[in-house]
Amino acid sequence: MEQPLRIVVAKPGLDGHDRGAKVVARALRDAGHEVIYTGLRRTSQQIVDAVRDEDARFLGLSSLSGAHAHLFPQVCQKLIEAGLDDVIVFGGGIIPQEDRPALHQAGIRAVFGPGTPTSEILEFIQQASAKNDSGVGQGSDWYWESSA
Amino acid sequence: MADKLQQAISGDRRVMARFLSQIENGDLLVSEVLDDGHPIESDSWSTMAITGAPGVGKSVLVDALMNQWAGQGLRVALLAVDPSSPRTGGALLGDRVRMSSVDNPDINERVYVRSIATRSSSGSVPLIVEDMATFLIACGWERILIETVGSGQAELRCAAVADRIVVVEGPARGDGVQAEKAGLLELADIVLVNKADLEGAERHAGELRESYALDGKDAPDVLLTSGLKGMGVEEAALALLDLRSSGRALRARMRERLLGQHERRLVLHPSYNDVLNGLCEGTFDIDEALKELQGEGNERAS
Repeated sequence: MEQPLRIVVAKPGLDGHDRGAKVVARALRDAGHEVIYTGLRRTSQQIVDAVRDEDARFLGLSSLSGAHAHLFPQVCQKLIEAGLDDVIVFGGGIIPQEDRPALHQAGIRAVFGPGTPTSEILEFIQQASAKNDSGVGQGSDWYWESSA
Repeated sequence: MADKLQQAISGDRRVMARFLSQIENGDLLVSEVLDDGHPIESDSWSTMAITGAPGVGKSVLVDALMNQWAGQGLRVALLAVDPSSPRTGGALLGDRVRMSSVDNPDINERVYVRSIATRSSSGSVPLIVEDMATFLIACGWERILIETVGSGQAELRCAAVADRIVVVEGPARGDGVQAEKAGLLELADIVLVNKADLEGAERHAGELRESYALDGKDAPDVLLTSGLKGMGVEEAALALLDLRSSGRALRARMRERLLGQHERRLVLHPSYNDVLNGLCEGTFDIDEALKELQGEGNERAS
């Protein structure tokens, strides 16, 4: 029997809107995965601790506040420092195209904007988990070309 | 393997978390890495199940207890169980949302929280949780709390996995007859009537005490708490730490272990999914399905 993937869905920073995170969490659940939701307003360190303690394979970050350019790479850095370089990180929210190359550079393998079909996120999860170097600190330059 | 095990035991939480996944997935038997389980009957406890109906405040109460105990220097781990979808197998594990203790930098070295889905198990706690708890104890965690899926009167599976059983009740849970009914309340080593800041809690606690009074001297205590407001939490934390077994649960515990292990063998049987499909399609009836599954058992998940 195939084991479900364990995926942490987290909202870093001070933004209080979690509809997007909940829709993604629900889609992942319905696809048969185990989603650990951390709740709102988590610090980077709290998110990294949760990924470590829950032994998650994936981390999904959501931000609608505009702080992604600072917070997402900070989380990636702390994951690598904690030895969690094989965790696959993706992000979503209001993230302008021009901000995305820097996030990919930081090790985030996909950035999904508003209107992304949830099926696309599932497709990403499948492809990313089939690779053996898609973790945040594994130096791959692969990333998902998202449609929104 | 021996090196990794040493790392887990000496405090590397990432390595420990990965061992727990292997155990949960059936890729590693705890007996392959550790000599013994822990004794099930003793004066002090290592594992405690926190159970009760959905919405009575188990998670908030557990968090308040962990804050107390970790604040006193104890190393406390929580295995928090939520249900898997019977249709897709997926799960949304949300217990961390209510956990302040894991985020408190003064104590979170001594707090470990792991979310667990019920997967193919039918009860409020999958039996594998006992093996995960055994591993945590070997890694130096002193008290292991097991928060079950919110569950009803007849759900006794938690008796199979824990040294002590704490039943959490809420205020205004029906009339006095509810307190007299058989089931989970009979196995409790202690009852906490939570949300004591709301109306009806005192009365419900009174009804429970009256009911237990008929049991004579080994009746469990009934305490009032409010996890949210902090009322009664210090007292409850103290009472729980030294909680003796009421001895009421031994036979039920053994029965639940037997039934649980039996179920687990069926679920882990190589033809389990085929048989289930056969039942859906009508190519099997229940008797034939049981005959098929009671043949060669397979103890390990594949």
